[in-house]
Amino acid sequence: MSLRMQNNLLAIFMMPEITLVLLTTIILLIGLFQKKNSFSNVTNLSVIALFFVFFLIYLNREFSFASYNYFFKSSLLIQFFKSIVVLGSIASIIISKSYFEELKLSRFEIPVLISFSTLGMLILISSNDLISMYLGIELQSLTLYVVAAIKRDSIQSAESGVKYFVLGALSSGILLYGCSLIYGFTGTTNFEEIRLSLISINHLSLGIIFGLVFVLVGLAFKVSAVPFHMWTPDVYEGAPTSITAFFAIVPKVSAVAIIYRFCLEPFGNFYSEWSQIIIFLSISSMFLGAIAAIAQQSIKRLLAYSSIGHVGYILIGLASANAAGIKGVIIYMLIYVVMNIAIFSIILSLKNNNSYIEKISELSGLSKSKPIISLSIAIIMLSLAGIPPFAGFFGKFYIFIAAVEADLIFLAVLGVISSVISAYYYLRIIKVLYFDEVDDCNYQSIITSQSLVLLICAILFLSFFVFYPSVFVTIGTTISLDFFQ
Amino acid sequence: MTEWPILTVTIFLPILGASIIFFIKEEETSLSNIKWAALLTSIGTFIFSCLIWLQFDNSIAEYQLSEKHQWFTDFNFNYHIGVDGISLFMILLSTFLTPFCILASWISINKRIKEYMMAFLFLETVLLGMFSSIDILLFYIFFESVLIPMFLIIGVWGGERRIYATFKFFLYTLLGSVLMLVAIIFIYQLTNSMSISELQGNFFSKNIQIYLWLAFFASFAVKIPMWPFHTWLPDAHVEAPTAGSVILAGVLLKMGGYGFIRFSLGMLPEASEFFLPLIMIMSIIAIIYTSLVALAQTDIKKLIAYSSVAHMGMVTIGIFLVNQQGIEGAIILMISHGVVSAALFLSVGVIYDRMHTLDISFYGGLVNNMPLYSVSFMIFVLASVGLPGTSGFVGEFLIIMGAFKYSSLLALFSATGIILSAVYMLYLYKRIIFGQMSNVKLKDILDIDFREKIILYPLIIMIILIGIFPNIFLDPMRLPIELIINNYEFANAK
Repeated sequence: MSLRMQNNLLAIFMMPEITLVLLTTIILLIGLFQKKNSFSNVTNLSVIALFFVFFLIYLNREFSFASYNYFFKSSLLIQFFKSIVVLGSIASIIISKSYFEELKLSRFEIPVLISFSTLGMLILISSNDLISMYLGIELQSLTLYVVAAIKRDSIQSAESGVKYFVLGALSSGILLYGCSLIYGFTGTTNFEEIRLSLISINHLSLGIIFGLVFVLVGLAFKVSAVPFHMWTPDVYEGAPTSITAFFAIVPKVSAVAIIYRFCLEPFGNFYSEWSQIIIFLSISSMFLGAIAAIAQQSIKRLLAYSSIGHVGYILIGLASANAAGIKGVIIYMLIYVVMNIAIFSIILSLKNNNSYIEKISELSGLSKSKPIISLSIAIIMLSLAGIPPFAGFFGKFYIFIAAVEADLIFLAVLGVISSVISAYYYLRIIKVLYFDEVDDCNYQSIITSQSLVLLICAILFLSFFVFYPSVFVTIGTTISLDFFQ
Repeated sequence: MTEWPILTVTIFLPILGASIIFFIKEEETSLSNIKWAALLTSIGTFIFSCLIWLQFDNSIAEYQLSEKHQWFTDFNFNYHIGVDGISLFMILLSTFLTPFCILASWISINKRIKEYMMAFLFLETVLLGMFSSIDILLFYIFFESVLIPMFLIIGVWGGERRIYATFKFFLYTLLGSVLMLVAIIFIYQLTNSMSISELQGNFFSKNIQIYLWLAFFASFAVKIPMWPFHTWLPDAHVEAPTAGSVILAGVLLKMGGYGFIRFSLGMLPEASEFFLPLIMIMSIIAIIYTSLVALAQTDIKKLIAYSSVAHMGMVTIGIFLVNQQGIEGAIILMISHGVVSAALFLSVGVIYDRMHTLDISFYGGLVNNMPLYSVSFMIFVLASVGLPGTSGFVGEFLIIMGAFKYSSLLALFSATGIILSAVYMLYLYKRIIFGQMSNVKLKDILDIDFREKIILYPLIIMIILIGIFPNIFLDPMRLPIELIINNYEFANAK
């Protein structure tokens, strides 16, 4: 490959990120100098900008190499996760628009901050170096701290922001310490060079193991795996629901992508060193997510624990460390994001007696006045619980295939058992919807046409995945083969 | 081979009906439209399933009318369906009972009729799909999907303790069946095949078979249900609406027996041989213990529920005898029990609709006001006991005959079950139908009306038909059963 061509490719490679920076800055300026309707305009512009970025990612999906002094890397897996992140951000901006306006929180900074956070995630996903990884995490997290506390006059929102910030900063510190240990013992920060420097040794030295563990702890905090999950329920509950939607849909994807890449790329040869940690994180997340959610009264807390449980399943794919695991996580992430978009688009549009629904019990009798919406909720819940024929089942199915293929049958068995426990609290929502009878309810659903389209698409996806799995499965197969070639 | 996919059409016809109902707005005036749409769909499905029976060739042991389409591109999972002599009657049983379920709910269900009918039709599709799947993953998806409509049917339209009952039902059976999922994946890893017909044989070493067998056993033993996994059944039956109990006892319990024949015997013969004593002991306990429990019940539905467990004990004995009489008897008993227990629950529904109680001591002397009802109930009771000439006799007779080949002690115990069933059923009959009408509330009770006659009389005809001409039902299943037995004996070097 000639040098000139390489330079061209380099330019193309970071195009989505560069474009996103430029566009977001311009949008920020537009918002700053516009007096009227700034929120609405900035929101629409951000959505368009993110769509454009998605388009660029899609165009670049075939290029796979490292660039910018090997700081960043590109492969099919990375491009897939990037596109999921961008699409998830678009969806969460769209579904939360009317909620912000209703709550008089229509500040134009919010979509801009979300865009910047998305930028951080894109950098994080494609990072090929400990330093760029840290930079990505920090860019992502800093904006998340701000949006969590965006409702300034609410004590809860401020509390969740502060809590998230303190714990997040702690975990970043641990992560950074781990990075420095790895640098100290290998002499490099580059993923590829770390792998090469370790290729000749059979056992990692104690220092590198410490570094590895610290980095994994930091990343486990970001994916909110047990025992580093404490922030999740509080932040989910305290933040405004639209921000919770963003938290639930997007940052998980980037964190999962990087924890997969960190384990499988630089430390791919040292499966035995990190697999125990991942297996422990996975089992404890599945079971704590399932058991702690049972007693929850608030929908947002319940979804927080549910997301912790889902992280447990996602980590089974990592513990399997095979092509089936990569395929499983790709399918699982896709379905997980769609399920979250669907459930939050409903929560963000549903009002009972003129206030947004926060408690599970407030949903009682919804099936009488809003049969279609409650049917949708029921489908989402069954899908989250992994009951066939809904899409959620196939996510779990592919993860369990990976586990069985990797001889981790006990992990698959524990996974199915915890899925039975978690089925209880998903069913409890269906129970409230359909079995409880309440007369004094006055449900309104204010849903914008864009989020209605999203919701319909998501529900159709979840219901009819069983008929056409091949489309998505093929994507997973291609990416997993590419990753392990 | 037909040109058009009759099996797929039959399976998805109820869903089509459900989606039509989905678009009917639920109003006072449209309620009867909804009911009629559901009824006609279910009758149409029954007619289609009869067409399948007409096209069925008794001289083929393998699957017939099969359809195979690629479903997943990356794995060898296919949309592969077909019928053989074993599944044929399970399909017919489901399509036969669903119209009665809908008729039985005509008046007694008075809220959310639209959702109710949709749930029932969805349930029918799922059941048909499950019994005709040749792909194990497809089977599993249908097998678990059954839980969704049943959960709603018990939970929304059930009795007072419906929420407890429906959660127990759902979680209990889900816990059983998820282990099957791991077993299915494991089988796929070992053989790279998901086809039930390809996997019939002895493909796994005995050690692996034992684990797989236990995983399958967990789901089928809960489903059928065997003692001691039966505790969900009485709760679910008591709280379910009449039609829910009918489909639960009539078809859902048969999923377990069907699974035992297909998976445990067909795929894991060595492990089945290994666990045979366990099954026999559990079945004998089930027969005697649950019969005695049934005797002590004060709730009619609970009594019938426990009698179901006892009858299913007979079925598991029959299946695991692994001889021609045993398995034939088990399947015939499953069909017969499907019809008879459905008939019993429908009869109970008749008096429940009038008096809204299931307490046995509330009733008494019904024969004075309800002669027609008493006669038909008598026939159902006798069929449940296994009187010669009714359907119950054929199955029980064949099973006891098969049991003699295995051990006369086993035959003795299974015969005890029949005697006990006569005790509790006739005792029930005596308390409800005969005696003085002491309860003043019963004075004005009316005999069965036209709709109830339509429900009960065909069931009587069916019971006697099976009892007198069992060969219509036995002929198609003979060859597939022979196939399973040969394979089993070959694997265990008998």
